Amino acid sequence: MAATVSLHVPSVGIAVRSAATTEPAWVRRTLIGLALAFLTLFLFVPLATVFYEALKKGVDVYLNALIEPDALSAIKLTLIAAGIAVPANLVFGVAAAWAIAKFEFRGKSLLITLIDLPCAGSPVIAGLIYVLIFGAQGWCGPWLQAHDVKIVFAVPGIVLATIFVTFPFVARELIPLMQAQGSDEEEAAIVLGASGWQTLWRVTLPNVKWGLLYGVILCNARAMGEFGAVSVVSGHIRGMTNTLPLHVEILYNEYAFAAAFAVASILALLALVTLAAKTFVEWHYGHERQAAKQESSA
Amino acid sequence: MSSTRTLLLSRHSVLPGFGLALGYTLLYLSLIVLIPLSATFVKAATLGWESFWQIVTAPRVVASLRLTFGASLVAATLNAVFGLLVAWVLARYEFCGKKLIDAFVDLPFALPTAVAGIALTALYAGNGLIGSLLEPQGIKVAFTPIGITVALTFIGLPFVVRTVQPVLEDLEAELEEAAACLGANRLQTFGRVVLPAVAPALLTGFALAFARAVGEYGSVVFIAGNMPMVSEIAPLLIITKLEQYDYAGATAIAVVMLIIAFVLLLAINVLQWWAGRRNAEDN
Repeated sequence: MAATVSLHVPSVGIAVRSAATTEPAWVRRTLIGLALAFLTLFLFVPLATVFYEALKKGVDVYLNALIEPDALSAIKLTLIAAGIAVPANLVFGVAAAWAIAKFEFRGKSLLITLIDLPCAGSPVIAGLIYVLIFGAQGWCGPWLQAHDVKIVFAVPGIVLATIFVTFPFVARELIPLMQAQGSDEEEAAIVLGASGWQTLWRVTLPNVKWGLLYGVILCNARAMGEFGAVSVVSGHIRGMTNTLPLHVEILYNEYAFAAAFAVASILALLALVTLAAKTFVEWHYGHERQAAKQESSA
Repeated sequence: MSSTRTLLLSRHSVLPGFGLALGYTLLYLSLIVLIPLSATFVKAATLGWESFWQIVTAPRVVASLRLTFGASLVAATLNAVFGLLVAWVLARYEFCGKKLIDAFVDLPFALPTAVAGIALTALYAGNGLIGSLLEPQGIKVAFTPIGITVALTFIGLPFVVRTVQPVLEDLEAELEEAAACLGANRLQTFGRVVLPAVAPALLTGFALAFARAVGEYGSVVFIAGNMPMVSEIAPLLIITKLEQYDYAGATAIAVVMLIIAFVLLLAINVLQWWAGRRNAEDN
């Protein structure tokens, strides 16, 4: 019986483990206890602290911190930055995955490595590079000043830095998924007379929708929460160039702790929503990947 | 279009859109990433070798780099040990609330770093929940290098768990049964059978956590105290130099960090290739 079960389920279920391949109950309990203690100390207590500190001074202080004009403009700017960065990187992710997964060409692995670059360095460097190019002493600085265009220490700089740090998120999910799926279905569509765009819309995108959504969720969470890169290019002008994470920093540095944690609690809620959405999508995405794997090995 | 196709494609394909997709990919990659990144190297090159060397060997810079890499190494090691433990518990045992805990492991990916930073500072400061327990024992965490390590451990937590967990789940029970039949006890089986099988994944997770910790800024600045020579990390020093309009100095440190990041990225790719080959051999 156990043998037939393990034939169908690739990961070995706990139930089929015999006494020889598991640990005595007291070892199991100690290990579970240690792991839970570590996670409690490093995950759950810090998360609970955010909400505790936010509500410590009462609900009035909490709500006032959220509806204050500077907080509202920070929310608006965060939504603008994510609203531009996520679609931009989504289009790029689909284009890059189409080129890389559906065609064989020279320099492909170099291209894949280059796409991962923005996540390899420090986010601070992401901010620095745009200051070097668009800042007053930068390459384009004099020209921009002459034409009265502001990029650094203004909204465009924040959007650019956000795009940079979230650059690979969608591409990174789509490339391996589309590579595993192969291009048989697309070739069939083309042979049957569909145009390239029809094939993309009707065949490719429906096949990768969960992977795409997964990438978008991760991309959005990072875009709304980014701090280091945005901090360099923002200039911290209240009500103008402050995103939510930067607003948290300003309030905290002014010792307005309750307000800082109130704003932080919105971001923490966003993180919880992200985790829930991610867990839900992961379930479908797992099936999509599994199907692709079986197809490519068949 | 057709000329780029024949020039670049090493295998013919009936699918359209190669020129458009690759062209857009390269254009976007160049505009957002490659040209801006090259700006740092061009700027550093204008410095000349001697002044570059002078900047990056200044005592304050060396101290910040040593702190950044030292704290990251300790944090990544802590994550390797506890990450393996968490991955093992999640992959092997059943307990109440396991699904929820599994989902929460990714919290450091989802929680903005500034939020993590102020939460950890509030906890570990002298009047905080944990700080008030530790400070009477003479252990100061917030505003010291220990605090930096705590923050870096938090943000690196998911990497080891997420790389090791799938390998542990896929590990065939037959291997461990064979070890048991041959007379190994559980500890020997773990050391000689399980650990070598998860070693590439464990190392990859360690390298990912380390690379993330080296560049981290948001969660650290609040808890660090940011004293030059003592608790000032390299990314913060870049920002400090930028705020003083010392663009050359900031760029020099950035270049050092970028080169190290490239090396780490390369090492991670090699490790993943090694792990992938291991898995392919097993199947």
